[in-house]
Amino acid sequence: MSAKSIRKKSNNKPLSCTSETDLTKGQQIELYRFLKMTRMFDEKTVNLKRQSKLVGGVFSSLGQEATAVGTAFALEKQDFIAPLIRDIGAVLVKGVEPKYIFAQYMAKATAPNRATDLQFHFADMEKGFIGPISHLGDMIPVMTGILLASRMKKENRVAAAYVGDGTTSTGAFHEGVNFAAVQKLPLIVVMENNGYAYSTPSRLQFACENLVDKAVGYGVKGLSVDGNDVVACYEIMKEAAEYARNGGGTVLIEAHTYRRKGHAEHDNQSYVPAGEIEFWETNNDPITRYENFLSAKKILTREEMDKIGDEIKDFLDEEAAWAENSPVPEPEHAAYHVFDNSVVAPAFKKKVLES
Amino acid sequence: MATAAKKEKGVTLIEAIRQGIWEEMARDETVFVIGEDVGAYGGAFKLTEGFIDEFGAGRMIDTPISESAIVGAACGAALMGMKPVAEFQFIDFISTGFDMLTNYAAKSRYRGCGSIQAVFRGPCGGGVRGGPFHSLNAEAFFLNTAGLKMVEPSTAYDAKGLIKAAIHDPDPVLFFEHKKLYRLPRLREELPEDDYIVEIGKARTAREGRDLSIITFGAQVLNAQDAADVLEKEDGLKIEIVDLRSLAPLDKEAILATVKKTNRVLILHEASLTGGIGGEISAIIAEEAFEWLDAPIIRVASIDAPVPFAPQMEDYFLPQVSEIVEACRKLAAY
Repeated sequence: MSAKSIRKKSNNKPLSCTSETDLTKGQQIELYRFLKMTRMFDEKTVNLKRQSKLVGGVFSSLGQEATAVGTAFALEKQDFIAPLIRDIGAVLVKGVEPKYIFAQYMAKATAPNRATDLQFHFADMEKGFIGPISHLGDMIPVMTGILLASRMKKENRVAAAYVGDGTTSTGAFHEGVNFAAVQKLPLIVVMENNGYAYSTPSRLQFACENLVDKAVGYGVKGLSVDGNDVVACYEIMKEAAEYARNGGGTVLIEAHTYRRKGHAEHDNQSYVPAGEIEFWETNNDPITRYENFLSAKKILTREEMDKIGDEIKDFLDEEAAWAENSPVPEPEHAAYHVFDNSVVAPAFKKKVLES
Repeated sequence: MATAAKKEKGVTLIEAIRQGIWEEMARDETVFVIGEDVGAYGGAFKLTEGFIDEFGAGRMIDTPISESAIVGAACGAALMGMKPVAEFQFIDFISTGFDMLTNYAAKSRYRGCGSIQAVFRGPCGGGVRGGPFHSLNAEAFFLNTAGLKMVEPSTAYDAKGLIKAAIHDPDPVLFFEHKKLYRLPRLREELPEDDYIVEIGKARTAREGRDLSIITFGAQVLNAQDAADVLEKEDGLKIEIVDLRSLAPLDKEAILATVKKTNRVLILHEASLTGGIGGEISAIIAEEAFEWLDAPIIRVASIDAPVPFAPQMEDYFLPQVSEIVEACRKLAAY
């Protein structure tokens, strides 16, 4: 969705969300909590980074939170997700506690992956969270295996793999989607088209008009959604998951959204045309839109929304403090768990003058 | 088992691998096979012929020509507690699954994202006039990646024992099968009736000797034996042959023990010399058994070129028995 079409659609009025939903009032409030928490987690990590309390980069989801939150909210408990670095919203919806993500960001010993790998590169199989790696597209083949195994075990699960517009150019994306399609696996690939892969704009990434056009070539169902409308994102995933769960097979969803921050905090976004970021911030912010929606439908008053915001702030402060107070890992823990250490000894550093 | 009764005594190396996978699939429902043409067709080398009739298409998964998908799917299934046996039609095509193996499979346990109990197997090796893309020995590509185990058998007994050990192993195992050995009559042997495994990480002494040691694996074990026969007959030399069987982890104890016994070492492998596993073995010996050496370590390997097609050129490319004999004589005389 181009800035132009948004301007046309909104007629320069503040956007809301789709009104057609069967979400209950309680669910709509829960959805708001996750959306708001995702934004506030992001702001908190940026602040912590500025205080030099984080190790490594910060990869913001600012402006595109609705896609991950809305789609993940439509999944069942037994379903799996493989998120990307900007899909913290999906991870939170899946029930992962923020303190563990803070511990990851701070490279603490309490990090779920023992701080062997950064940020969201951890997993929680119990919660259906499959840990991603940096090589884009690789998670799609992995998710096909999750679903093949699920089928062999006669379990009724669907899986969502989140990818960016850049990921769709990788070989692994192609191999994974094609294999899933052939096997009719209940895999939903959420293609978050946020306009940029690092600095590369979409026009240098793919030549089809829309990413969802690729669905035709793979022989799978293709759906398109306004990625900044959290309700629409929920509804589209509900439709896709139902289709997949009932034997329809693989689905590609293209979510049109916008990355308002650079690739990571260090990126000054010099490649972005003047005014583009500000336009999206002013006219198409997913949180503002959902707040407009909740307010218009009288689900929540502005005061109630503020109160929820305050609660989330306190909660995140506590979670971050827990991580901050956690110990750092012992250096020699680097040697453990390369292999099962009951079979192969840890890879300790060789002492040069040992013998 | 669905195989036709053989007239010859004993089983070939390919039959031994086949038996190993079959028995594990019969015993454990979580073991399954995934790869190109493995199901209905029975595999390019017919290693899994008949499996689909016994175990069904649900456990014999034919894939598109997509090595990343094969490796990735095996990893995903392993995370779910399954034990996949993934096939590369030729080990040369492991290159298109390289990223998934080295970045996903190898690092998953370390990254706290789950252990990958999976076997990645396929036919390797030259000498069959396969040219540059059907003759690869891939171990050196993976030797520098922590988190992957590698094995390569040279006998039918080890092939069956190692494939079973690989399926049982809690970590990802690359299982290399030299295609020249698959149906070699010389390797036929009768296997024990009782179930057995061959432990990963343990070398075996293929031939006892005292004058010098050849450290090798795979098809080169046979070349080493032929060379040892010549040297025993013509020079009276008793050559010890260590068949590594496991390339990662290497059996350092066995390597150092043979060095300390014979004090002269030749390292023999079929992959190209530069950056080959021989360099690593040589470094281990130089660092940990320098005082035990009576001669420089010698490496015999293929030349630093792609595997050529023409028989005359491929024979020049590969280590030959005559070269091994010559190198051993040089070592013995040093």
